[in-house]
Amino acid sequence: MKTRITNARRCSGMALAAAALWLVAPGAQAAWTLNMTPGISAMSRQIYSLHMLMFWWCVGIAVVVFGFMIYSMVHFRKSKGAVADQNFLHSNKIEIIWTLVPVLILISMAVPAARVLVQTEDPVAPELSIRVTGYQWKWGYEYLDTGVTIVSTLSRDSNRARQLGSGIDPASVPDYLLSVDHPLVVPAGVKVRVLITSQDVIHSWWVPALAIKKDAIPGFINEAWFDIDADKTGTYRGQCSELCGRDHGFMPIVLDVKSKQDFDLWLKAQRDALAQPAAAPAAAAAPAAAAAPAAVAAPAAVAAPAAPAAPTASTSEPAIHVARQ
Amino acid sequence: MATTDSSAAAHDDHDHKPQGFWNRWLTTTNHKDIGTLYLVFSCIMFFVGGSFAMLIRAELFRPGLQFIDPALFNTMTTLHALVMIFGAVMPAFVGLANWMIPLQIGAPDMALPRMNNFSFWILPFAFTLLLSSLFVPGGAPAGGWTMYPPLVLQTGNALPLLIFAVHLMGASSILGAINVIVTILNMRAPGMTLLRMPLFVWTWLITAYLLIAAMPVLAGAVTMLLTDHYFGTSFFNAAGGGDPVMFQHIFWFFGHPEVYIMILPAFGIISEIIPTFSGKPLFGYDAMVYATASIAFLSFIVWAHHMFTVGMPLSSELFFMLSTMLISIPTGVKVFNWSATMWRGSISYEPPMLWALAFLFLFSIGGFSGLMLAIAPADFQYQDTYFVVAHFHYVLVTGAIFAIMGAVYYWLPKWTGHMYSMSLAKWHFWLSVIFVNVLFFPQHFLGLAGMPRRVPDYATQFTDWNMVSSIGGFGFGLSQLLFPYLIWQCSRSGQKATKQVWEHAHGLEWELPSPAPYHSWAEAPDMSILSHTAPSHDIKG
Repeated sequence: MKTRITNARRCSGMALAAAALWLVAPGAQAAWTLNMTPGISAMSRQIYSLHMLMFWWCVGIAVVVFGFMIYSMVHFRKSKGAVADQNFLHSNKIEIIWTLVPVLILISMAVPAARVLVQTEDPVAPELSIRVTGYQWKWGYEYLDTGVTIVSTLSRDSNRARQLGSGIDPASVPDYLLSVDHPLVVPAGVKVRVLITSQDVIHSWWVPALAIKKDAIPGFINEAWFDIDADKTGTYRGQCSELCGRDHGFMPIVLDVKSKQDFDLWLKAQRDALAQPAAAPAAAAAPAAAAAPAAVAAPAAVAAPAAPAAPTASTSEPAIHVARQ
Repeated sequence: MATTDSSAAAHDDHDHKPQGFWNRWLTTTNHKDIGTLYLVFSCIMFFVGGSFAMLIRAELFRPGLQFIDPALFNTMTTLHALVMIFGAVMPAFVGLANWMIPLQIGAPDMALPRMNNFSFWILPFAFTLLLSSLFVPGGAPAGGWTMYPPLVLQTGNALPLLIFAVHLMGASSILGAINVIVTILNMRAPGMTLLRMPLFVWTWLITAYLLIAAMPVLAGAVTMLLTDHYFGTSFFNAAGGGDPVMFQHIFWFFGHPEVYIMILPAFGIISEIIPTFSGKPLFGYDAMVYATASIAFLSFIVWAHHMFTVGMPLSSELFFMLSTMLISIPTGVKVFNWSATMWRGSISYEPPMLWALAFLFLFSIGGFSGLMLAIAPADFQYQDTYFVVAHFHYVLVTGAIFAIMGAVYYWLPKWTGHMYSMSLAKWHFWLSVIFVNVLFFPQHFLGLAGMPRRVPDYATQFTDWNMVSSIGGFGFGLSQLLFPYLIWQCSRSGQKATKQVWEHAHGLEWELPSPAPYHSWAEAPDMSILSHTAPSHDIKG
């Protein structure tokens, strides 16, 4: 079930596509997509398989149950002279069977689901940690212990086109609503931990290709992790998926996945660029810059980000919450 | 009309209706009048909420913003949900309960008739408050019907209107629920033992307990929002030591039973319709009652499956995943029992049966996607996407609303004394069932392809299915205009309905003339009057 089924098919008469059409032949990206992506990590593929397992169970059960109903509806029509059997009203045997069989099916679903769930909640020993902060309406990224930060907002051409009555055809904008000015750069083949929080309201950081969706909650830090296949470099896109106000639909997430070497080079360049302007201005900037990464190095000590109103030590401390294992 | 039935004629002679239009409808304590008020109110709200949905689908027809700005779009999704849930679906079920429970259990009226009047007349005020928020500075509520803080606290002057409206809706529901419980437990005709009650009465009895347990929790949650915003508390404010996720726990502790409040009476309706048009009693009556009760119990221990992405501990995620999966067992039992009722039956396809059969198939599809959503790791991909939108519309539109339609087509001749136009009713059904699938089925694909819910605009690869969905939406919306027209027509003219209306209809309500007299069962009926038709629950076992 690992074949790639994210596809798509351009044809006009599909308005009433039935579930059977779900698994049609591969095609272009874009339109008429029917299914989710298997993604770019071992974890996302496991979740995809789980999804397909559930899908096929549902199809199988539907065939049996709907088949039974349709047979009854056709075969026992009054207009065909069917006479009701007033004695078929109750049967302990049948009722026990149709209670126990679903129990067994549920167990066969629950076991793999629980196994995958345990793995998703295992962010130990990451090689890289990135703090993700949601804002109304953009994303902030910070590579812990490096001082490198990124603010990622909707790209200008998408932003112009999405205004009410802009007159710009969205189709003319590349990656309309799914492109940003500064993407999040991550390495492939490395276990990366993301620490997700918010500065204002609740957001949710969702990258379908990673099968990660975690809420960004003010005052709390949620954890997730991913380990992208070494060969899956490229650009992957997602969106905020928790209603966060007026521009909720306009704060995409773009991942620029680089090879480990390219990523290391990129990160070094960023750190060098950071170091240079720090040398020129007043020396006072240096302690401030040094203090920031130190504070974020230990997540448990991060001040509650949503504490604009007098965040005294005593009130911000209990608000910290790192997702438990 | 009633002249053929001497006992009914005697009723008609002294029905003491309040005289005058306003006097009658404002002051009435008659369960039939109040039932009618609820149903008419629900129908109006169905079209108000529906018009919001039309605006949403119009905006989503193409990418880019054409008609409304994102803030108004968020307002539309928020109000659409609140109006449909609290204004259309819940009052429709209360209206059906008012009309039918006394008729079905042989009671002369609801137990608390003045409170009955009060619980209805709260609703127009609640919705006036809610909808007037469209005209206050800062705009109407736009934080979603789930009202999650901190976002909802950014609402302008509409926030107190929203909160008081929710309080009023809750008060109305609780009063209605108390009335249902007291009526069912105290006013059954002699011989109408609990396990001989029609399934519609059973499911409403259980629903009423859910309402009493769940609605105060919602009231508490929104009151905490009010004090957080205006009185300096920090229940949901991390900077003050609170927790925004706690709101979600409290909200969904109400919200999940609420889901079953909207579907259990629908189960009851389907359990009335399918036996009538299969010509044989319900299969496994006792199992149906117990399955309903287990669903009600389970509904209180599954709430956090709405919150798999908030960062709960693994143990909680496992618990809520497994408890949620369990719900499919009693629900499956119900579907199997309905199917077995049709097995070796004599099935005819009048309009109520068509709606019930559509319910059976389409609600099951909603159940399948629900089972998929229960799988926590897969839910990380489904949560807050159009897959969820498709799921709950299959459950609420083709589930709850289709059952309500079926109920109206089933009991309308009993209410008006006329048969309705069968061909118009079939047109309404077929247009609805086709368009509703064009509307909601593609939303599964949109969600899986990665389109989040509650967005006014989308990336261009989602265009095609959105267009299909919008076309289905407009078609479904327009088809519903047939419904009030058909009811209006049926209330004024049409072939006279017989006492039994449907050939195999069985139960006390079918022993009364059509239309049911203004005062019915002034004397408790003798259950033996049922013996001339197949007594459904007596020959089981």
